[in-house]
Amino acid sequence: MTAARSRVGAFARDHRSLTVLIGWALIAALLPMFVLVPPFSTFQAQSLWIGGFANAGVFILLALGLNIVVGLAGLLDLGYAAFFAIGSYAYAFGASSFTGLHIPFWPMLLVGALAAATFGILLGAPTLRLRGDYLAIVTLGFGEIVPAIFLNADKYTAGTNGIGGVAQPELGPIKFNFSDPLPFYITMVVILALVMVFIYRLQDSRLGRAWMAIREDELAAASSGVNTVTTKLLAFALGASTAGFAGVFNASQLGIVSPDQFGFAVSFTVLAMVVLGGMGNAWGVAIGAFVLYEIQSVLLKQLNQFFQGQHVPILEKIDFVQYQFLLYGLALVGMMLLRPEGLFPSRRRQQELHAGVADADVADAPAPTNELGDA
Amino acid sequence: MTGAAATTAGSAGSAASAADRDLILEARKVTKRFGGLLAVHDVDLEIERGAIVSLIGPNGAGKTTFFNVIVGILDPTSGHIRISGRRLIGRPIRAWLEPVLWVAPAAIVAVITAILGVITGSPEVTALGTAVVLFALAAMFLSAIIRPRWYVRLLGRAGIFRSAKPNEMVSSGIGRTFQNIRLFANMTALENVLVGMHSKLQASPVDALFSTPRAQAEEVRAEKRANELLALVGLAGRGHVVARNLPYGDQRRLEVARALGSEPTLLLLDEPTAGMNPQETVTMMALIRKLRSELNLSVLLIEHDMRLVMGVSDRISVLDHGELIAEGTPEEVRANPKVIEAYLGKPPE
Repeated sequence: MTAARSRVGAFARDHRSLTVLIGWALIAALLPMFVLVPPFSTFQAQSLWIGGFANAGVFILLALGLNIVVGLAGLLDLGYAAFFAIGSYAYAFGASSFTGLHIPFWPMLLVGALAAATFGILLGAPTLRLRGDYLAIVTLGFGEIVPAIFLNADKYTAGTNGIGGVAQPELGPIKFNFSDPLPFYITMVVILALVMVFIYRLQDSRLGRAWMAIREDELAAASSGVNTVTTKLLAFALGASTAGFAGVFNASQLGIVSPDQFGFAVSFTVLAMVVLGGMGNAWGVAIGAFVLYEIQSVLLKQLNQFFQGQHVPILEKIDFVQYQFLLYGLALVGMMLLRPEGLFPSRRRQQELHAGVADADVADAPAPTNELGDA
Repeated sequence: MTGAAATTAGSAGSAASAADRDLILEARKVTKRFGGLLAVHDVDLEIERGAIVSLIGPNGAGKTTFFNVIVGILDPTSGHIRISGRRLIGRPIRAWLEPVLWVAPAAIVAVITAILGVITGSPEVTALGTAVVLFALAAMFLSAIIRPRWYVRLLGRAGIFRSAKPNEMVSSGIGRTFQNIRLFANMTALENVLVGMHSKLQASPVDALFSTPRAQAEEVRAEKRANELLALVGLAGRGHVVARNLPYGDQRRLEVARALGSEPTLLLLDEPTAGMNPQETVTMMALIRKLRSELNLSVLLIEHDMRLVMGVSDRISVLDHGELIAEGTPEEVRANPKVIEAYLGKPPE
């Protein structure tokens, strides 16, 4: 049994990309079946579940992108929703009745990512000298400015109303539409699988090592020959382009883009997902994002219904959905006190935060040399 | 002192002498001022290929400041430094021209657009021209920040000079260690060395994304080389250990291995034996000698411990209060009354 497990572990290390693809294929196949089993089947219909999963995928994608910036390169970004907004609006401009353009979804996926990456670089360039809290404040400002511009430039963006009638994707004979979420779901899983393969490859590459070196010690990284400027800009650009993907997908799925979808709450939620899931570990971040999204979109509603149905005193009067951010806050405080490395930490961060406790074991463990510490 | 002073007669003279004597580093009248404090004053230093040169002096003499000027972390207030004959560190020259360079392409396009717009009178030409102008501005703005190779070459052609950045100094052959160990504490020893090899690896992010055969082969080669470097400094088989968990002496040696990753021609060691016990100190000194004999490295060493410095150095420069007070072979420096005074104080009259 243990031998079999270690063989699976060795296979996963040697063929990481293949493992990631198989993992996502399994997830894609099992999740829709899983929700047919009670108690999940009693919550909502299967198609609603699947639509919800596609939405969750948007947040997983955002969390994976933010993980590059915050988890790998160590640059705290509080305005990440801005890039999500830019991707969404790029698609809305490119394929809606508002502008009259009808560029297909698939090339727009790349255009949205490129637009977001461009703004990632434009934001990154002047803030390169800033570190930690100062960078956080600047990105926070950027995150507020972008939706404000989309809100106020109503001649070009239809202001508060947002741009409606955003086109839905087509793939050969398949026309995506609101009534059938399955094509969106499958598209999302494919995007996620590819993005995760790319992230793991980057993480193990020269660039990934440079990101981690900058996170550890910027001066030492520069003195080792790392061009800190390009390396940081690439982190911003790649993180932003992932958010651009998420934005294009989200716009096409919802069919409408409006400035209130990209408030600070989104940036904060995604950051909470990264921190709770386990910064630096792509699978951990993905699971953290999925769990948090399902809690906020399904579990809290179910709690309401459950307590109202059972007529539990006091609890039946509470609207749990209203308490979403209170619960986030409590979860984050508890997490920082009990398990600061997140639910599924990278091995590296675990060592960082529990130095001294596990020192001896870690030093003696015959870990493979290219192990980058995923769960 | 006299030898150093004799070769400072103008840049033409020093360039000729550099060619004759194969100087790897040539610092001329380097001065660094922090507000009212003159941390380094008119310091000259020459390092010949393959030599071990030490920089000594009491605490606060300006050794580390001088070091930081050499590696491009601090800009000198005056003076310049040549590496293998190329002037890399010094006062900026014609720096005002650089902003002109940034707007020049955009301005040219703007003028052409304006002329064409008037001639043809079509709004499309104006719109296209405006887009190109904006693009040119953005491109130059980004190039100025990223400083790609073509941009640096363009600056050189326009006669603009700015001191090299630390990572550029690494690619021109300078490796360094730090006085207080600055390893990437949560990365393994092997990864630390691999980061050190950053400037020698060529795989682009696109190579990494698509895991091209070129990138894979390079990773395999790099890992092999990194393990060789670890073995060279005496850390064979410890590549998987996270840097923070290594014993102190090993951390110092790992810093040396990381610095060697960039295949430097000149290695700068800032107090490599600070905090070491006598046994570890002996090992480190043996390592420094080995680096010279096996890799043909030149070494610039900052040290406090006079006995060690005397044992390993070919030449010694002594700094006190930011000034070079002596330069010469260990014997000359040992006998120099100024040096004795700086270390032990003035004898009573």
